[in-house]
Amino acid sequence: MSEENSTPKSNGVSRRAVLAGGTALTASLFMPKGLKASDFPTSAVNTTGLAVTDDTVTIGILHSVTGTMAISETGSVQAEKLAIEQINAQGGILGRKIEYIQEDGASDWPTFAEKARKLLVNDKVASVMGCWTSASRKAVLPVFEQHNGFLYYPTFYEGLEQSPNVIYTGQEATQQIIAGLDWVNQTKGAKSFYLLGSDYIWPRTSNKIARKHIENFMDGCEVVGEEYYPLGHTQFNSVINKIRLRKPDVIYAIVVGGSNVAFYKQLKAAGIDLTEEAPLLLTISVTEDEIRGIGGENIEGAYACMKYFQSLDNPNNIEFVKAFKEMWGDDMVIGDVTQAAYLGPWLWKAAVEAAGSFDVDKVRAASPGIELTTAPEGYVKVHENHHLWSKTRVGRAQADGQYEVVFETAELVEPNPFPEGYQ
Amino acid sequence: MFADYSMSELGAIFAMQGFAGLILFSVFVLMALGLAIIFGQMGVINMAHGEFMILGAYVTYIMSNIFADYMPALFGMYFFVAMIFAFLASGALGLFVEWALIRHLYKRPLDTLLATWGLSLILQQIYRSVFGAREVGVSIPDWMMGSLPLTDMIEVPINGIFVMILAVTISFGVWIMMYRSKWGKQVRAINQNRVMADAVGINTAWTDRLTFGIGCGVAGVAGSAFTMIGSTGPTAGQLYIVDTFLVVVFGGAGSLLGTIASAFSISQAQSIMEFFLSGSMAKVLTLLTVVGILMIRPQGLFTLKLRK
Repeated sequence: MSEENSTPKSNGVSRRAVLAGGTALTASLFMPKGLKASDFPTSAVNTTGLAVTDDTVTIGILHSVTGTMAISETGSVQAEKLAIEQINAQGGILGRKIEYIQEDGASDWPTFAEKARKLLVNDKVASVMGCWTSASRKAVLPVFEQHNGFLYYPTFYEGLEQSPNVIYTGQEATQQIIAGLDWVNQTKGAKSFYLLGSDYIWPRTSNKIARKHIENFMDGCEVVGEEYYPLGHTQFNSVINKIRLRKPDVIYAIVVGGSNVAFYKQLKAAGIDLTEEAPLLLTISVTEDEIRGIGGENIEGAYACMKYFQSLDNPNNIEFVKAFKEMWGDDMVIGDVTQAAYLGPWLWKAAVEAAGSFDVDKVRAASPGIELTTAPEGYVKVHENHHLWSKTRVGRAQADGQYEVVFETAELVEPNPFPEGYQ
Repeated sequence: MFADYSMSELGAIFAMQGFAGLILFSVFVLMALGLAIIFGQMGVINMAHGEFMILGAYVTYIMSNIFADYMPALFGMYFFVAMIFAFLASGALGLFVEWALIRHLYKRPLDTLLATWGLSLILQQIYRSVFGAREVGVSIPDWMMGSLPLTDMIEVPINGIFVMILAVTISFGVWIMMYRSKWGKQVRAINQNRVMADAVGINTAWTDRLTFGIGCGVAGVAGSAFTMIGSTGPTAGQLYIVDTFLVVVFGGAGSLLGTIASAFSISQAQSIMEFFLSGSMAKVLTLLTVVGILMIRPQGLFTLKLRK
């Protein structure tokens, strides 16, 4: 397949896009391909002194490539670089090639803030693809708001935030949780749930939403246990015994990091075979990336609720997976967040073209309603609250480390970062 | 909480919970033995202990790949070979580190803390560069996974039994070396009075190096065993370091029996509390208790009478 075919085309006009038209983005959809920089003089597209020249535009990539979080953030960096390369191969944005400056947040939140300031103040980058943990996002948020930067944040997270300077390309908590719980209830007849998580904000907020949903919106369902273990906890035998005692239909697990590996290995060693679904295990914290560390044979049969799985069978995704492996190697796996990170540069490109400018204020104004028909996860659209409309899917872990998609919502799920009735 | 259950169910759960406590005990013993030798006998605060363990884990990972590629028929047995290599690799690195770094700092104990902490960061980054930032999946032979049904309701994890046997074996080995070998006598002599030991002709420099090496080697074996129950990644060693120091300090530095007694009490306390409270709460209470006892008895549970 030629280079041409393997690159997504965000300008393509689809029936759906035309039907959904009527916003600022319609203009971008009918813009001819291969825009020339000369049609967009730098003085017109950059009125705020960003790093835009007659043939280049500079953006920042801000992730941890050293320290604890490198394990998770590496995939995001790779996806963002792939997207940038593909956009450049198509002729860039407004006729300008994207160049990037990569900074290392080093898994340290003050470092993230410092590097963000450097990118915005010294380098004057037009936008930043970055951050992974909520802690790092919270650390850079004041910097982005003070210097009016524009951040594309890829991770699924707990919600309860909406900044004018951030586009959240991952799902907020309700998008990831509710459809999955309904699914196990309706198709598996699950009635009782044991909530388990690592002890920090994301699992706690997510489980709070899960509990509210189970108790208030699912008939006859109950939570039979809720537990948190310190980050890095490696001994789960006690909780496994407790789960045995309570006999829940579903173990709802939001364990992260090294604890994840210990949890699934010990679950298997304790004789709980997840393929038998007694109890069934549903997680929102294990992507294909994590399975590499856990080992497919240890988690086979578990269900995960995400918006993206590498095994998704659609033309966009097949091309994306192929391009990703060509660039980064055949043994790569692509998890939910990696795909969300890949959307960042494409969404920014679409917003810039809709705005006809790199100015942050104009890009922000153009962002709501921006849609991407070429996303590997399918069709996504930016909501006015800066999160994405996207589908929720449930996958079942296979021994080879991939998920088999067993369910997806019929419609896009509306992002709702401040869910009423769930607080 | 227990009203709805029959006696036999409860009995089974408590039996399994007791077993979970014993597994935790064995894990603590394995973690702490290497450090008990290094910190207890030499007074070196080795912050890189976790990274020596992870070296053992990575050696196991390499061996599993070698066996899977070249000797698939023997894959079921690779773990034993891997543990020997883990001991040798971590031990060799320990000898080298002692020679290059630690021996210059014996008179400056607080500097060893900083130096070994730096060493742990260096090792983490080396692992990250060599093996990648992501955790690696170590495939374990099938016979070591899964559980052993003792009765209809009681199931015990096979890897738990394996860890227990290993903990007993290594403790016994360390005890033999410490209390029944010439090297052990020399180590204890140096610990009691370094100048005098030197004067009677003990090669203190070499004994120190060997002690450090053996301590690191034991850590490597522990790391190798932990691939069965935990993760293998560049920073996974950090998961163990706090518990390890806790066990050694609480037991009383310099006492093998103290280390084992402290591992037993901490693991039982934690495992019982985890069952009745939540995981985070159990951890908090365990730490509080340990801190409380150490305030009353700063020297730890067991101490040797030393003339310094």
